[in-house]
Amino acid sequence: MSVWPMRDQTAIVGIGETEYTKWGQTRRSEFQLACEAILKAIEDAGLNVKDIDGLCSYAGDRNEPSLLATALGIPQLRFSNMLWGGGGGGGSGAVHNACMAVFSGSANHVVAFRALAQGQFGRFGQSRTGQKVSGGQAYGAPFGLMTPAQRFALQTRRHMHLYGTTSRQLGAVAVACRKHAQHNPRAIMYGRPMTLEDHQNSRMIVDPFRLYDCCLESDGAAAAVITSAERAKNCKQRPVYIMGVSQGTGFQQGSFADKSKFDTANFEEVAKDLYERAGVTPRDIDVAQIYENFTGMVIMSIENHGFCKKGEGGPFVEGGRIEWPDGELPINTSGGNLSEAYTHGFELVTEAVRQMRGTSTCQVKDAEICLVASGPGVTPVSDMILRR
Amino acid sequence: MPYLPAEIPLPQPTVDDAPFWEACKRQELVIQRCKNCGTFRHMPMPVCYNCQSFDFEWAKVSGEGTVYSYANVTYPTHPALKDRVPFNIVVVELPDAGNVRMTSNVVDTPFEELYIGMPVEVVFEEVTEQITLPRFKRAQT
Repeated sequence: MSVWPMRDQTAIVGIGETEYTKWGQTRRSEFQLACEAILKAIEDAGLNVKDIDGLCSYAGDRNEPSLLATALGIPQLRFSNMLWGGGGGGGSGAVHNACMAVFSGSANHVVAFRALAQGQFGRFGQSRTGQKVSGGQAYGAPFGLMTPAQRFALQTRRHMHLYGTTSRQLGAVAVACRKHAQHNPRAIMYGRPMTLEDHQNSRMIVDPFRLYDCCLESDGAAAAVITSAERAKNCKQRPVYIMGVSQGTGFQQGSFADKSKFDTANFEEVAKDLYERAGVTPRDIDVAQIYENFTGMVIMSIENHGFCKKGEGGPFVEGGRIEWPDGELPINTSGGNLSEAYTHGFELVTEAVRQMRGTSTCQVKDAEICLVASGPGVTPVSDMILRR
Repeated sequence: MPYLPAEIPLPQPTVDDAPFWEACKRQELVIQRCKNCGTFRHMPMPVCYNCQSFDFEWAKVSGEGTVYSYANVTYPTHPALKDRVPFNIVVVELPDAGNVRMTSNVVDTPFEELYIGMPVEVVFEEVTEQITLPRFKRAQT
């Protein structure tokens, strides 16, 4: 097979993020959070607002590119883009779309971002539906199925039934992320360590998920500047190259109850594309940022990306294998959605860039290649592989 | 009293799925079946995913199924559910409808007794004058 034309042809040259706080604790609007993260990313890249000509996001981000361009003083917007689908499935996908814009010559410097103020606009852990629901929601909400935790509890139960996955294995994911957050002053859970017993003693939200199986609900924003590999050479930071990136969904994943498979995070096809495009295998991955909406979905993502066989994700996450510094596959080295902040996983994109620059607070020694897996179980999902 | 209160979000039937909800009011469970290739599908869609035909019927099915997965909600995610936890959410597979699955609740079984593969049968709960929901109970046979 010929080499994927976009391999190593684009790069992330700047990252930015706001202060992260628990939902409802920021005094700033979601729109201001978006503006702050974007400006920080531009400054980090050593660029000027006037260099930026594209903006893209995902998950129905409320902060429209045209308004952001007006607020920030971007003189000409050449590319504005939204990836369909809710949840964190578009984290790498928004970067993918930015890459395509710069690779095709449609724009020069594109900022991918996600801003989320659950205090201002409502918590994901509560019903966000109206009194009447139609379409897919009509087949869930009237039966009490109103939150992501409930959906993914049903999937995780199925995985436990088929493969013997245990609550303590779910807990191992949460403990790893929390451990990493103890090194990261940005993390909402910095200074609040957690043991496996703490996880086991935390209250049940929706069995099999306990409180500490669930991601945080936060206010914050994160952003990254994408440009061509050629232009990246002249930027302030050492470029982080995008080896491969992919997005999409497998067969029949759109209607929740009747989705074709429950015991998967929906990455099978997307991960296959990813590895082919990047030209690497799971063994080449030094560190991974694997979106945690809920712990059980991380285990399925690890299986989908070929780090172990299907059904073996539970045992895989035990024994410190996913923990920095000694684990063979450290994941979510900033604390991730479970312990740093929940910006729909874009904070995992910025952490991946830090790992490739060598500036993470849990820096994996000599790390050269980092995987980002965005939004397990939703549709579409997306993936990318970065290199130093 | 219905398994869950009428104050949580209820279906607004659309042109694509009104016959499903109308059948529930008649205490019938109907599932879309393609008239061209016979493939069942759920949730309702205007077109067959197998052969892309728009020609379909609403086939009355037995309402006998098995539990495909289940969860127990202990944290109320809607104000109307504050005093109604815990409750279960199940996914039920319908063998006589091409193994399509639907989200529902098992109304008569404590959570500890639910299991994957458990036989269940449909019951209809009139939640409002407009809406009757298909729920399930432990199979008698």
